[in-house]
Parts: sequence; structure tokens; C-alpha cells
Amino acid sequence: MRLEYFQLIDRIVELKLADQMIRTEARVPATSTIFEGHFPGYPLMPGVLLIEAMAQTSGWLLIAITKFARMPFFAAVKEAKLRSFVTPGQQLALSGKLVHEGSGFAVTKAEIRCEGKLVCNCEITFRLVEFPNTEFRANMEKMAAILEFPIEALQHE
Amino acid sequence: MTDPGHTISPSPTFDTVANIISETCDIPRDTIKPESHAINDLGIDSLDFLDIAFAIDKAFGIKMPLEQWTQEVNDGKATTDQYFQLNNLCTRIDELVAAKGA
Repeated sequence: MRLEYFQLIDRIVELKLADQMIRTEARVPATSTIFEGHFPGYPLMPGVLLIEAMAQTSGWLLIAITKFARMPFFAAVKEAKLRSFVTPGQQLALSGKLVHEGSGFAVTKAEIRCEGKLVCNCEITFRLVEFPNTEFRANMEKMAAILEFPIEALQHE
Repeated sequence: MTDPGHTISPSPTFDTVANIISETCDIPRDTIKPESHAINDLGIDSLDFLDIAFAIDKAFGIKMPLEQWTQEVNDGKATTDQYFQLNNLCTRIDELVAAKGA
């Protein structure tokens, strides 16, 4: 997790296109200026960033489902539940599952577990649009490589 | 006794769609009429319409081709009335349901 680059997940662990689901992992950094403000003397991973981490996890699933033809943009979040505190240094297991792929939009459910315990979950709506430009798409492909996106999974479909 | 303004009963499709719009956008159900335009009359924006589309897709087991409709409107090949006036939207939904069963 590189909070300063808004990279909320470290690695794609599993991508199952047949089941329309993805698993990722991330470790909350031990130190960050964010924790100096949230909160002084009691550092907590902000809930909005946990929601963003779930959105990024679901987003990579949608990129896989659309075979890099569409970019998912976060449009809405519902029923977000922040069930327990997440603190610096904790290892997170994230997952996302497609609920519905509409025309130009998609809905997923996502969750985060820490040591097997559910810490948060939500339903997320994305707009699916063509990549705004080739540079953007190229950067997403580079990021996919960093996250160990299993390109071969797309070729087996 | 019949309501002179509504001699034809709204279709079951309209009832489902109107209920979805009412619940999703918090619009009083009795203000939603078959002749209402989702955008111009009911003030539904594109993000709220995604919620409505999700609920309609689920309720009818279809995938409304919103991107195609939007493209046709943008290209001047169709008007928003053809897709977003509720009686027309319901006709499109009925066509999609029929095509699914064909």
C-alpha cells in the first residue's frame, strides 16, 4: 500500500473470471503522515481509504471482465460498513465480486478481512467508459504488471 | 367510474418501473405518470438513472442498452423522449423481455 500514490492494494492474489471474483492483498504502512492527523496518538486507517481499497480491488476485476477495453470509474458506494478499526502495519485480504454488469456500468460487492475477520464491506457502482487516452491505458497496464495482474487468465476465456 | 384522463390502465411494466423510480429517487409515486419524462419531468440525473437501470435490469432479467440509446441520442438519430419518456421506456423494456424469451 503506497498511500502517497493512492495505491491501496499491493498484489492481485487470485482472479477467477468464471466466478467473476477477485482477491487482492495489502499491508497498511507502519508509518504515514495520514496517521499523524488520523488520529494524533491513536493512528487508524481512514474508513474512506478502506472503501477506496475495495473500489480498487473491484476495479481490477472489472478491467479483467472487460479485457482492458473499459476503465471503471467509481460512481457510488452503498451500505458501506466499517466494522472494526484497522491500524498501521496490519495485513489485509480484500475481495470483490460482480453483482451486475449493465450497459456502461457495473455493480460489485467487496469486503476486507484482517486475520480472517470481516472488517468492512460495501456495494460499489462503477461507470465503465472507454479509456480517455492511450497514455492512461498504458499506465494502467504498467500498474497491472506491478500488481501481478494475471494476464493469462484473460487469454483462457 | 373511470378517470377521464387515464382511460387505459398503466401496464404492469409501468407499475414496476414507477415503483423502482419512486423508491430509488424518493419521488412520490403518484407524481410518476406514463407520460412523464425521466429527465425533463422527474429530474432524474445520470447517476440516479444507473441505480434505476440496475433495478430494472434485475427486475426484468434484461440488460437495457443504455450506451446504445445514449449514442443514438448524441448522434441525432433518436430523441430522449423515445427512451426516457416512461411509456416509451416501458415499451423498450417489453421488447427486451420478449427478445429474451424468443
